[in-house]
Amino acid sequence: MTTSAPQDGQNLEDERRRRGRGRRTRTGVPLPLLLPALGGFAFLVLPLAALLVRAPWRSLPDQLTSVEVWQALRLSLITATAATAVALVLGVPLAWLLARASFPGRRMVRALVTLPLVLPPVVGGVALLLALGRNGIAGRWLDSAFGITLPFTTAGVVVAEAFVAMPFLVISVEGTLRAADPRYEEAATTLGASRFTAFRRVTLPMIAPGVAAGAVLAWARALGEFGATITFAGNFPGRTQTMPLSVYLALQSDPAAAIALSLVLLAVSVAVLAGLRDRWMGASS
Amino acid sequence: MTTRTSETGRHTGGLDAHLVVDRGDFRLDLRLAAAPGEVVALLGPNGAGKTTALRALAGLTPLTAGELRLDGRALEEPARRLRIAPEARPVGVVFQDYLLFPHLTALDNVAFGIRCHGVPKAEARALAADILARMGLEAHAGAKPRRLSGGQAQRVALARALAVRPRLLLLDEPLAALDARTRLDVRAGLRRHLAEFEAVAVLVTHDPLDAMVLADRLVVVEDGHVVQDGTPSEVSRRPRTDYIASLVGLNLYQGRAEGHTVRLHSGTAITTADDLHGPAFVAFPPAAVTLHRDRPESSARNAWRAEVTGLESHGDQIRVALTGELPLLADLTTAAVADLGLHPGRTVWATLKAAQTHAYPA
Repeated sequence: MTTSAPQDGQNLEDERRRRGRGRRTRTGVPLPLLLPALGGFAFLVLPLAALLVRAPWRSLPDQLTSVEVWQALRLSLITATAATAVALVLGVPLAWLLARASFPGRRMVRALVTLPLVLPPVVGGVALLLALGRNGIAGRWLDSAFGITLPFTTAGVVVAEAFVAMPFLVISVEGTLRAADPRYEEAATTLGASRFTAFRRVTLPMIAPGVAAGAVLAWARALGEFGATITFAGNFPGRTQTMPLSVYLALQSDPAAAIALSLVLLAVSVAVLAGLRDRWMGASS
Repeated sequence: MTTRTSETGRHTGGLDAHLVVDRGDFRLDLRLAAAPGEVVALLGPNGAGKTTALRALAGLTPLTAGELRLDGRALEEPARRLRIAPEARPVGVVFQDYLLFPHLTALDNVAFGIRCHGVPKAEARALAADILARMGLEAHAGAKPRRLSGGQAQRVALARALAVRPRLLLLDEPLAALDARTRLDVRAGLRRHLAEFEAVAVLVTHDPLDAMVLADRLVVVEDGHVVQDGTPSEVSRRPRTDYIASLVGLNLYQGRAEGHTVRLHSGTAITTADDLHGPAFVAFPPAAVTLHRDRPESSARNAWRAEVTGLESHGDQIRVALTGELPLLADLTTAAVADLGLHPGRTVWATLKAAQTHAYPA
């Protein structure tokens, strides 16, 4: 009796600990959080499921091989890639400036750079028209000096997409630059490298994964761009009609075609997510 | 120190600097001169401004005032708005954590600086391979920095800095990132490379052993200023601040000498073997102190009542901290500590033979 008493106490302790642990991991989520969470998940996934369920799988091969689809897809890929290139060429130096240089009004500059992130794309399109349109404040000069008109051209699509997509790249690259140790640039300068050489040969290779992630993000944003494109570049098949525009148009005349096109864009999005998974999902799991 | 500045520097080449960097609550004001071939260690506690001084020499932190000349050429002089950019200075830096470029191999890290000086790629890589071979690193030429051990990375960093043939080599805590065993090997290797280096080398460290093994001359920096400057043996035999005294393990006091007696500011007198007059320091090692249970009747004229405040092991001895008339440290054998029954709060008598003290002008 006396010898078994502490043993019982020990068992009770063990039992309590075991139960406590079980409660925390298995049924630890309170209902007021669990139900909305499940609802939110369903809300995000259901439309995608619907797209798959209602897809005209049998006629899909025909749909996807039609000239219109290929035209739109080709234009989308070309313009999104060109817009990403523009964003890289202008955006990486801009990100470097925001991350490494100190100048008056830097916070203001960053705020202005990020504005297109939250600006409704249609408003961006209108703004682009006012700036680069034939009678726009810079467009008029472009027209008279170089004979360049951007609105309602393929180049206009690139401009509209770059306008919307570049902030994603700038923010992503700036974040990577801030996380990178600036002393590597200092080490390069003590070895005789100019600041530009240090950037090109040391910093850029070191932040390459961040730049790539930013570029993919910008590319995906450019690919899905609708509002600014239709406002600034219009909707001319083969010239400015990108995938999102043709999805929207097809929905009114040929819903099956719209679903087929949507599936293509969904596939591209999933591919982008898969490409970025190491960067985003890897960090949390 | 002032005579040394005029000896070296301007005429014979080498380094001649007066570094002033103002950073709000901290001001670095440091004169530093060194002849070609000389290895100078900036020794000081953390936050003394050693790294700021090193960055100023490299041009990474601009001077507020003063001047910086290397081999007779002015590199920076704020009064004349003169400032040579870091990339145009003949200066090589070995950073504390090496900062080897992680995306380049050891070979390309070393070739980087050579290429920046306009040497074509193939030639630069051949030169870099030579340098790595001389450092015994040819087997690791193709390795990325993350695959190098601490000691190898340190040598690659040194090779990279030396590859641009600097006239001033700066090393920031060159051994701090290494574990104790590697440290020993790397210290020996570094000593050899520094001895061969024909231009000025300045290294920053808070480790007195590194400083004494590697440097020809120590410049002790505290709170942005030079507090002592001399050869390792001078500095360790005649410390001038509590910081250095504790680094080299000496009891140090300041007072006024009248013949064989130094009267401290507190009024306590210490009898010394040296005959001296005027402001003076007295230093003696903790091992020179003897502790007694009762007032001794020996010949030692230095005897003070003291209270034990702490005990800690120090090698195979016990270091006893004492307060009282004369705060001091004493080294005793474990047996002596047991015999005396020492514990914090115990009162004892401390004696010191005059012959074991060392007095020198302040």
